[in-house]
Amino acid sequence: MTVTRADTPLRRFVADYLTSPLAVVAGLGLAVIVLLAVFAGQIAPQNPYDLGQITIFDGSLPPGELGFEGFRFWLGSDEQGRDMLSAMIYGLRISLFVSFVAVGSAVLIGLGLGLLAAWRGGSIEAIVMRTVDIQLSFPALLVALLLLAALGKGVDKVIIALILVQWAYFARTVRAAALVEIKKDYVMAARAAALPQWRILFGHVLPNVMPPVLVIATVQIANAIAIEASLSFLGVGVPITEPSLGLLIANGFDYLLSGRYWISFYPGVALLITLVCINLVGDHVRDILNPRMQS
Amino acid sequence: MLAYLIRRFSQAIFVMAVMATIVFFGLYAVGNPVDLLINPEADLAEQEATMRRLGLDRPVHVQFGYFLNGLMQGDLGTSFVHNRPALELILSRLPATLELAFLGILIAVGLGVPLGMIAGLRPEAPYSKLIMAGSVVGFSTPNFWQGLMLIMFFAVFLGWLPAGGRGDTIDVLGIPVSFLTWDGLSHLILPAVNVAIFKMSLVIRLTRAGTSEVALQDYVKYARARGLSPRRVIGVHILKNILIPVVTVLGLETGNVIAFAVVTETVFAWPGIGKLLIDSIGLLDRPVVVAYLMLTVFLFVMINLIVDIGYSLLDPRVRIKGDKA
Repeated sequence: MTVTRADTPLRRFVADYLTSPLAVVAGLGLAVIVLLAVFAGQIAPQNPYDLGQITIFDGSLPPGELGFEGFRFWLGSDEQGRDMLSAMIYGLRISLFVSFVAVGSAVLIGLGLGLLAAWRGGSIEAIVMRTVDIQLSFPALLVALLLLAALGKGVDKVIIALILVQWAYFARTVRAAALVEIKKDYVMAARAAALPQWRILFGHVLPNVMPPVLVIATVQIANAIAIEASLSFLGVGVPITEPSLGLLIANGFDYLLSGRYWISFYPGVALLITLVCINLVGDHVRDILNPRMQS
Repeated sequence: MLAYLIRRFSQAIFVMAVMATIVFFGLYAVGNPVDLLINPEADLAEQEATMRRLGLDRPVHVQFGYFLNGLMQGDLGTSFVHNRPALELILSRLPATLELAFLGILIAVGLGVPLGMIAGLRPEAPYSKLIMAGSVVGFSTPNFWQGLMLIMFFAVFLGWLPAGGRGDTIDVLGIPVSFLTWDGLSHLILPAVNVAIFKMSLVIRLTRAGTSEVALQDYVKYARARGLSPRRVIGVHILKNILIPVVTVLGLETGNVIAFAVVTETVFAWPGIGKLLIDSIGLLDRPVVVAYLMLTVFLFVMINLIVDIGYSLLDPRVRIKGDKA
């Protein structure tokens, strides 16, 4: 690794990141996945939910087969004659949308409550942190499952359940990091300069607690995708009209025993690749940002 | 220490009480189970009779009062669907889940610890990288899809093992178990492997991190210098010192294994408490869901309590800090 002269934190981060070929590949893979999801409508060969584009004559075709109207089903089709590749790209969009919105909201809530707890201390801190402890002592999947059993199906409800099971991770991380930062000299200096509290918190403390939050957020996005998929598989997640990757897999479950493996197999591969890419990126980012590893 | 214990116990009871309230009112909001249970052709009088029999005609707060009163006496209501006490129903399904969980953990530790040690002792070797890559994949694979793939490969493609169900059981001390008959064991293998893979990845990571750290310690160098055989150094000096974090995490993960059995049991139609929970949610069998929840809450609160007390016994700093707060 060459030492760059103008050592901005971002440039150092990028240089460190590029040292691991595996992480670079995973990062590129992740970029492709996000692009596929965002431009699903333009990229997918067919709109799997436009009934004018699918025909029952193309039902249950194995991968690579030509359809009734000369359309090639590279990854096969499902019972209704839907192109699996297209259904997966659309499913990916729903999976990513749900997890990004949920984790984004959980980060905001966690930042707010974590900073508040660290800054104010006292009973506010006690209440927030006890809630966090209780929340984190129960497995996320189970809490989300029971919440959805009470709330019912729906994309919005899955997002609510995910936010509720994830905010606590961020609140805990933010508070721990903020407690360290608040004791540092620059905060003391800002206080001495009589800056308003909100400016100290948001202008000075907040940027410095972001690195650990980003690491946790990466891991939690992978977690959110996996939990959403599991919930949809168990039948309490997204509705059938907006199938995520998890629901596609669940739909294929019924056909698995009769040998039509592709309906479950390929969405699962897509899910697995997505999760592995995110976890690899997350692992590497954590290694870079972890001060103990920078010897 | 006594003050700490009392505070910790009252905290546990408080958590149970809060959860009981949330659970009860949360499920009360779901819907009227009578709509599902009664024949739609039934007339109003029949519907009302059923409502009365199930106690659903009372106001919410009265129902809640009954619920709390029953809870104190270990009575969690009667299943609307199975017409048996909910707690009894769950306990009758519990052995299946425990059998699955324990075999899963056994496989995870039995394979995960040696693999993690291999990877930790020779971190640069190609096979170590393979093990670690495998653990990343095992870590990332969604549990339910992994189960489907196991079924696809071993049950549909190879036809070696059954795709689901529990198979023959033998009663041992009045508890039905699967692992003593070939049929039962063959039904148990795939679900247990499915439970094990995620935990195994976790164990491999922990063991590897521990091994690479411990292998550099002076007492290991000294043991080597004394001319002890590598097998003894690895099997005694290293193994003993990496087991502490592994055991701690596994203790905490046991609850998770039981919770995540929901997924595995659904995939493999394994008749444990997780399958019961999913079925009961689908049928709006409220007493069973509530009983499952209260049992799980109890289990988790107990595990946390034991772990916390264990730590406070081992590490006085936790206790002193706790006393001040």
